[in-house]
Amino acid sequence: MGRYVIRRLLQMIPVFFGATLLIFLMVNVMGDPIAGLCGERQCDPATAAQLRKEFGLDKPVWQQYLTYMGNVFTGDFGTAFNGQEVTELMAEAFPVTIRLTIVAIVFEIVIGITLGVITGLRRGRPVDTGVLLLTLVVISVPTFVTGLILQLLLGVDWGVIKPAVSPEAPFNELLIPGLVLASVSLAYVTRLTRTSIAENARSDYVRTAKAKGLPRRRVISRHLLRNSLIPVVTFIGTDIGALMGGAIVTERIFNIHGVGYQLYQGILRQNTQTVVGFVTVLVIVFLVANLLVDLLYAVLDPRIRYA
Amino acid sequence: MRGAAHARWAACAVAVALTATACGGGGSGGGGADGIVSSSWGDPQNPLEPANTNEVQGGKVLDMLFRGLKQYDPKTGEAKDMLAEEIDTTDSTNFTVTVKDGWTFSDGEKVTAKSFVDAWNYGANLKNNQKNAYFFGYIEGYDQVHPEQGRPTAETLSGLKVVDAKTFTVKLSQKFSTWPDTLGYAAFSPLPSAFFSNHAAWLSKPVGNGPYVVESYAKGSKMSMRKWDGYPGSDKAQNGGVDLNVYTDNNTAYTDLTAGNLDLVDDVPASQLKNVQADLAGRYINTPAGIIQTIAFPFYDKAWNTPGGAKVRTGLSMAINRQQITDTIFHKTRTPAKDWTSPVLGVDGGFDDSLCGDSCEYNAAEAKKLITEGGGIPGGRLKLSYNADSGSHKEWVDAVCNSINNVLGNDRACVGNPVGTFADFRNQIGQHKMPGPFRAGWQMDYPLIQNFLQPLYYTNASSNDGKWSNPEFDKLVDDANAESDNKKAVETFQKAEGVVRDQMAAIPLWYQNGSAGYSDRVSNVSLNPFSVPVYNEIKVN
Repeated sequence: MGRYVIRRLLQMIPVFFGATLLIFLMVNVMGDPIAGLCGERQCDPATAAQLRKEFGLDKPVWQQYLTYMGNVFTGDFGTAFNGQEVTELMAEAFPVTIRLTIVAIVFEIVIGITLGVITGLRRGRPVDTGVLLLTLVVISVPTFVTGLILQLLLGVDWGVIKPAVSPEAPFNELLIPGLVLASVSLAYVTRLTRTSIAENARSDYVRTAKAKGLPRRRVISRHLLRNSLIPVVTFIGTDIGALMGGAIVTERIFNIHGVGYQLYQGILRQNTQTVVGFVTVLVIVFLVANLLVDLLYAVLDPRIRYA
Repeated sequence: MRGAAHARWAACAVAVALTATACGGGGSGGGGADGIVSSSWGDPQNPLEPANTNEVQGGKVLDMLFRGLKQYDPKTGEAKDMLAEEIDTTDSTNFTVTVKDGWTFSDGEKVTAKSFVDAWNYGANLKNNQKNAYFFGYIEGYDQVHPEQGRPTAETLSGLKVVDAKTFTVKLSQKFSTWPDTLGYAAFSPLPSAFFSNHAAWLSKPVGNGPYVVESYAKGSKMSMRKWDGYPGSDKAQNGGVDLNVYTDNNTAYTDLTAGNLDLVDDVPASQLKNVQADLAGRYINTPAGIIQTIAFPFYDKAWNTPGGAKVRTGLSMAINRQQITDTIFHKTRTPAKDWTSPVLGVDGGFDDSLCGDSCEYNAAEAKKLITEGGGIPGGRLKLSYNADSGSHKEWVDAVCNSINNVLGNDRACVGNPVGTFADFRNQIGQHKMPGPFRAGWQMDYPLIQNFLQPLYYTNASSNDGKWSNPEFDKLVDDANAESDNKKAVETFQKAEGVVRDQMAAIPLWYQNGSAGYSDRVSNVSLNPFSVPVYNEIKVN
């Protein structure tokens, strides 16, 4: 187990460098960011040169990358064009997005798995068909449509929620945005759980458990569900990374000052430091989440062992 | 595991309970003179220093925090004395500025001649990376503190001299009779000594001499400003303060306004313009601002710089059905352009709605004739470049191209050429890589006809992106700047503008309006000629 974890951690190193290098190059390809700082006019050449020097943009790209990575390892993610430290931006944005992600994941787990178990056990019944149809609708409607409609109905017409989340973004204000963000994944979780449950319900160990005379509740929770959760856990694990970085649409609709918003603004202003910094952290989150998922397999299914 | 999970749920429940009560306590607050106005905001692009802020979001804050020697009247745009007791000159080059008594910064420090001179020296110095440094370019000694290349050889502008606590003198490097009228721009604001002694602290909580003081500033999300009771000026705040909230999207801000959680949105999204009357029941303003949109040409490209080029450009101008586009796409938040300035200047300031004349009127037959006579569109195809990331430019560019294509009877004569980001767009312009004409917008810095002409069309001027050059125009501008009689100066500038028209250096499209929507909690809302809300005059009901 320990060796497996170490091997996986070592594998992360090249992935980490590769990913950051790619992002660094991509942002660089977009061209000189200084030109966008002076509005609809030409920056005066002297100030532009001075700024380029200050942000290290006058050096070749490989040198910029090396300096940047060197700084990252000392905890310095650079400075955004508005004079804020990128670490400061991260300290503001990540807690908000983590809260949003927690809300979304809780929705996925609670609603998704519950619906999945119910439909999986009642295959072909009206409730199964109903939920399947519902998930189909949710999957086919884009997030921004769901988001804007809920915002308009609940926020403006019925006045149940505030349409815009305050900068502090406490949990209670994130419920609806979290639901919107989770909606599509939630539908997938339902479908995955349903299939998995339906498949395992006919397996030998479930029949044995039933034959032993175990109560139905125990059969479902201990034997059936536990074994059926492996694909679901994989999905949710990878979804953590996707939810954290991919909430741009939801965050913009509901005025959430999280990672997605910072990335969006960073890209618009071609702020290499912000974009690379945030993506680097996201890459790490993604890698760690994946590792945790793999380790969870062993917990869920005793047959899986990591030597 | 189990214990930890419980603990987390408990923590969430507490967080929910706490914030729920916290939210209940906030909200609308009191009315009358103490009421707080909540307004939409965007994250300023640059640090909030007066000489470093060149966009409207940071400009809003400076407008509330600072008062300079001159102040532009929110209605007429006229430059009126604010801190200036008088600005005297006999030769349009040497100015003596006397500062009024009784003004202080909100931290108690007196505003003196030194407050101005130090601030201007800071703004001009290359070392400080101030993006508005070129505003000080007319002052003598600018070349030494802000050389084109290399390090500055002087720390301060040689043209600025403090005489006594109230007086300083300014020597310009050229004649510029209307120079005092430029001093209402935020870059010319005075700065307290705290700005220089503890710069980082000042940036996190700016201190100025305007009608408001900063109560708290959370970068990137919210700035709370409160009325400064000790403000010595006549334009005291009519409300208790202003909360500026950063919104991720102007659509969200608008939705928040319709839901009653926000008092003022000063950037109504284009997609909502058709609902605005129904949503806000008349609480919507749409007034001219000092912004003109044009199509600029790459004169550095030989194909566009031909003897017959003026005819082609004039023909293209006449091929654009401005009225139709402003009505249908912009819902009348733009007005078809009739000259190269802006209606906010007023007739006395140099605005002339007959200057462009027929050249700006839609006339399909004449347009086609002129384009053919001038040798047709260079390369047979017009690629109109724009940045696709903001401002719904795609819609109008497509409409303009459509209009041109219809006139020429050729579906492929004009196409839009989107550029991903604004920074990249500016970059391609700067490097002279534009494959054809491109969109250009100009927001005035100060309400003078000079500001609509010299920076844009003078040879090698700072914003002459197309590198248009015309000796006759240059000479007329020089003459106008040297003219001490204001009326004659304006007339000479208009003659110069006539040269721009005859050569069609850029196609004027439309004047942009400022738009804002507000809630029923507030009244007396207006926009100044810079399309910034006049915050200090807003009343809370």
